[in-house]
Amino acid sequence: MALKGLDIFKLTPKTNCKECGNPTCMAFAMKAAQGSVPIEKCPHLSADALATLSEATAPPMKSIKLGEGHTLGGETVLYRHDKTFVSRSLFAVSVCAKCFDEKMPEIEKIDYERIGEREYVELLNCVYDGDKDAYAELVKKAAATGRTLVLECSDVDAARAALEICAAGKPLLNGANEDNYAEMSKLAAEFGVVLGVTAADLDKLHDTVEALEKLGNKNLVLDVGTASVKDAFASAVQIRRAALKDKDRAFGYPSIVNVGKLAPGDADMQTALASLFILKYGSIIVMENMSYAQALALYGLRQNIFTDPQKPMKVEPGIYPLNGADENSICVTTVDFALTYFVVSGELERSGVPMNLLISDAGGYSVLTAWAAGKLSAGSIEKFFKQFDIENKIKNRNLVIPGKVAVLKGEIEERLPGWNIIVAPNEAAGLVKFFKELKV
Amino acid sequence: MPFKRNPQKFSAAVTPVTIGTGERAVTLGGENVMPLYTFDAPIENRPRIGVEIAEPGFEKAMPGLADYYAGAETIADLAKKAAAMPGADFIAINLECADPNGEDRSVDECVEMCKAAADAVDMPIAVIGCKNHDKDAKLFEKISDALQGKNILVMSACEENYKTVAASAGLAYGQKVGAESSVDINLAKQLNVLISQMGLSTDNVVMNVGSAAAGYGFEYVASTMDRVRGAALSQNDAMLQSPIITPVADDAWNVKEAMISEEDMPEWGPTERRGVTMEIATAAACLASGSNAVILRHPESVAAVSKFIGELM
Ligand code: B12
Ligand code: SF4
Repeated sequence: MALKGLDIFKLTPKTNCKECGNPTCMAFAMKAAQGSVPIEKCPHLSADALATLSEATAPPMKSIKLGEGHTLGGETVLYRHDKTFVSRSLFAVSVCAKCFDEKMPEIEKIDYERIGEREYVELLNCVYDGDKDAYAELVKKAAATGRTLVLECSDVDAARAALEICAAGKPLLNGANEDNYAEMSKLAAEFGVVLGVTAADLDKLHDTVEALEKLGNKNLVLDVGTASVKDAFASAVQIRRAALKDKDRAFGYPSIVNVGKLAPGDADMQTALASLFILKYGSIIVMENMSYAQALALYGLRQNIFTDPQKPMKVEPGIYPLNGADENSICVTTVDFALTYFVVSGELERSGVPMNLLISDAGGYSVLTAWAAGKLSAGSIEKFFKQFDIENKIKNRNLVIPGKVAVLKGEIEERLPGWNIIVAPNEAAGLVKFFKELKV
Repeated sequence: MPFKRNPQKFSAAVTPVTIGTGERAVTLGGENVMPLYTFDAPIENRPRIGVEIAEPGFEKAMPGLADYYAGAETIADLAKKAAAMPGADFIAINLECADPNGEDRSVDECVEMCKAAADAVDMPIAVIGCKNHDKDAKLFEKISDALQGKNILVMSACEENYKTVAASAGLAYGQKVGAESSVDINLAKQLNVLISQMGLSTDNVVMNVGSAAAGYGFEYVASTMDRVRGAALSQNDAMLQSPIITPVADDAWNVKEAMISEEDMPEWGPTERRGVTMEIATAAACLASGSNAVILRHPESVAAVSKFIGELM
C-alpha cells in the first residue's frame, strides 16, 4: 500500500533537525511519499519505522540486475507517453546441448550499432533436457561466450551443477514453480542469482511469489508461461498492470516470455509475438533463433519504443566530412534528426565517395516532418550556409538534397547563387547507386 | 493476499464501422477494451487484414511478389490472387499511378480499374489514393459513384480535401471515409470533428492516424494510438472512437532493411525475408497499439499476421 505524507511524518522524530536536507520533517515526509527523496535520508528513523517505510515507499516495480550491466524492470508507467519506459526488453535465444554448436555462429553474426546502441543477442537461454552431464557441458560452453545466461532448468541438482559453473556471470535461474520454489530459492540465494518463477495460472503465480517473498527472496523475474499465446499475453499485461496501476507488490517484478515455445518452428509468428511483447511488457523475450532479418526489425522497434519521449534525438548541426572528404568534395545535406543522420550517413559511407555532409538545424525532425513544420526550407539552408561560412570553407559547388524535398530545388538555387543543386532519391537506400551513376 | 483481478472494461467503446456488403462484409471496431485485451472483455470484431494491390506491373518492384502474381495480366487477375491469400479480409487498391507528378493516369482509367477489381472479388474494397489531395478528391468522387452500393472505404480524406471527399464519397454515395492525419492526437480529433460537422455520422468514418516502419519513428505512432484509444475509452471522447486502419506495407517495404540487395549486404540474408519480417513486425506493433485493420502486401506476412490475430482472439 502506498503511504501518505502524513503517515511518514508520524514516524519521524519531528525535531526538524534538517540533516536530511529538508527544512522540516513534514517537508521530508511529503517528498518521501512522492518517492522524490529516499527514506534512508533521515538518520533518525528507528529500524522498525525504516523497514515499514522502505517497503511502502519502494518503487512499484523492482529493478533487477542481470549479468554484467543489464537492468530489467524499474518501470513506472504503463504507457510511454505518461513518462518513459526505462529498461529495454532484452533478447535471448534458446540453446540446448545438441544445437549449441550449430546456433552459436548464427547468433554471433548479429552484432552491430544502431544510433549509438549495440544491438546483439544479449542472453543465451540454456535449456535443460534431462541429461545433467550434457547440461553442464552446455552451460560451460555458453558461459565461455561471455553472454549472460538464462538457465531454463527446474531440476534442483542440475541447476546447482550449472550454477557452480556460471554463477560468476550473474545468470538468471529460471526454474522455480509451485512445487520446487523453496529449494530453488535457497539455491538462488546461495549463488546470489536472480530467480525466475512460473506457475499454472496468475493466482498460483501470485501465491508462489508471496511465498518466496516470505522466504526473503525479492530478486525475481516472473515467467508468463507458455500455455498459449492468449494466456501469455494476458499474463504479461495483467502482471504489469497490477504492479503499476493497482500497486500490487507481488507482481512488481520484470517478466520473461518465451515466444520460441509459444510458436515453435514458426519464425514469422515469433517475430509478430516479439513485436507485441516489446510494446506490451516483455522484459526478456526468448526466441528459438534470431535471424538477421528479425534482429533488424525487432531491434529497430525496441529502440523506438524505449526512447525517452522527453529527449529529442538530435545530432549537432555542422559539416561532417565523410570518406576522407576535403574542401573540394561534393556536399550533401540532410536534417539533424539522429535517426535520419544514422541512416543517411551509413549509406553515404557505404558509397565510399568523399563528401561533406551538411547537417542543418531542423529542430531534430525527420525530412518531411521538418519540411511540413517549416524547419527545413530554402531559407533554413541559406541560413545554415551563412552561419557555418560554407562559401569560404568549401570550394566544391555541388549540393545534393534529399529526394523527399525535391520541391525546394528551385528556391535553393535562387538563394545560393553559383551552386548546382542535385536532387537525390527519396530513400537513403538509393544513395550508393545514385553516387555510382552521378556525373558532375 | 490472493491476486485481485481488475478487468479494465470501459463503458465507452470503439464505434463499429462496416465495410463491404453481404457475407464477406467486415466490421471494424466495437470493442470496449484496450487493443487485444480479450481478458478484460471479449472482442467481438477481430482486427482485419487488407491486401494491397495496384495496377499490373507494380508488384514487380517487390521481390517475391512477382512470383506470387505471375500470370496476372489485369487488375482483376491481381485482385483474385490477392483475395485468395489465406488470411485476407479485404482488398486495398493503391492508385499511386494517378499521381500528377508520376504516371498521371486519368480519373476514368482509375475508375475502370477499381470497377474491374471490385467485380472480380466478393470482398470489401478499400481505395488508397495517390497522395495528391486534389486528384484524390476527384478520384474518390468518381470511384464512389461508380461503385455505389458496394460500401467501399476511400482512404483518405485529409485536412486539405476532407470537404469534397466527405461530401461526395460519404454523403452523396454512402461509402465509408478514412480520415488521415499525421501522428498527432489533436489533429486526428480535429479532422473527425470537421467531418462530423459536415453531417457524416461517425459510423461512416474510420481513421488512419499515421504510421511508420518499425525502427523509423514508430514510437510516435505507438504513443499516438495509445493516447487515442485512451481518450476514446476512458474519457468517452466520441470524436476519437473511430476504428483505426493502418497501411503498413508502404512504409515497411520502403526502408533500407527491406530494400537493399543481398549482394550489397551478404550477412543480412535474402531481401525478401527482410521485407516480410519488417512488414510482420510493423503490423504486429500496429495491432498491439490499437489498429483495427492493417494493410499488407506479401502473402507470407498476411498468413503470419492472420495467425497472430487468430491466436490472440
Ligand atoms: C514520427 C513523425 C512525426 C513526429 C516527429 C518525429 C521527428 N523527430 O521527426 C511528430 C509527431 C512530432 C510529427 C509532427 C508532425 N508531422 Co510528422 N511524421 C512522422 C512520421 C510518422 C515518421 C517520420 C520519421 O521518423 N521518419 C524516419 C526518418 C529516418 O525519415 P527521413 O528523415 O525522411 O529520412 C529518410 C529519407 O528522407 C532519406 N533521406 C534523408 N535525408 C536524406 C538525404 C539524401 C541526400 C537522400 C538521398 C536521402 C535522404 O533517408 C531516410 C530513410 O530512407 C512521418 C510518416 C512516415 N511514415 O514517414 C510523418 C510525417 C513526416 N509528418 C507529417 C506532418 C504533416 C507533420 C506535422 C506538420 C503535423 C502537424 N500539422 O502538426 C507535424 C510537424 C511538426 C510540428 N509542427 O511540430 C507528414 C508530412 C507530409 C508531407 N508530405 O509533407 C508525414 C509524412 C505524415 C503524413 N503522411 O502525413 N511527425
Ligand atoms: S533528518 Fe529526519 S528528523 Fe531531521 S529534519 Fe529530516 S526528517 Fe526530520
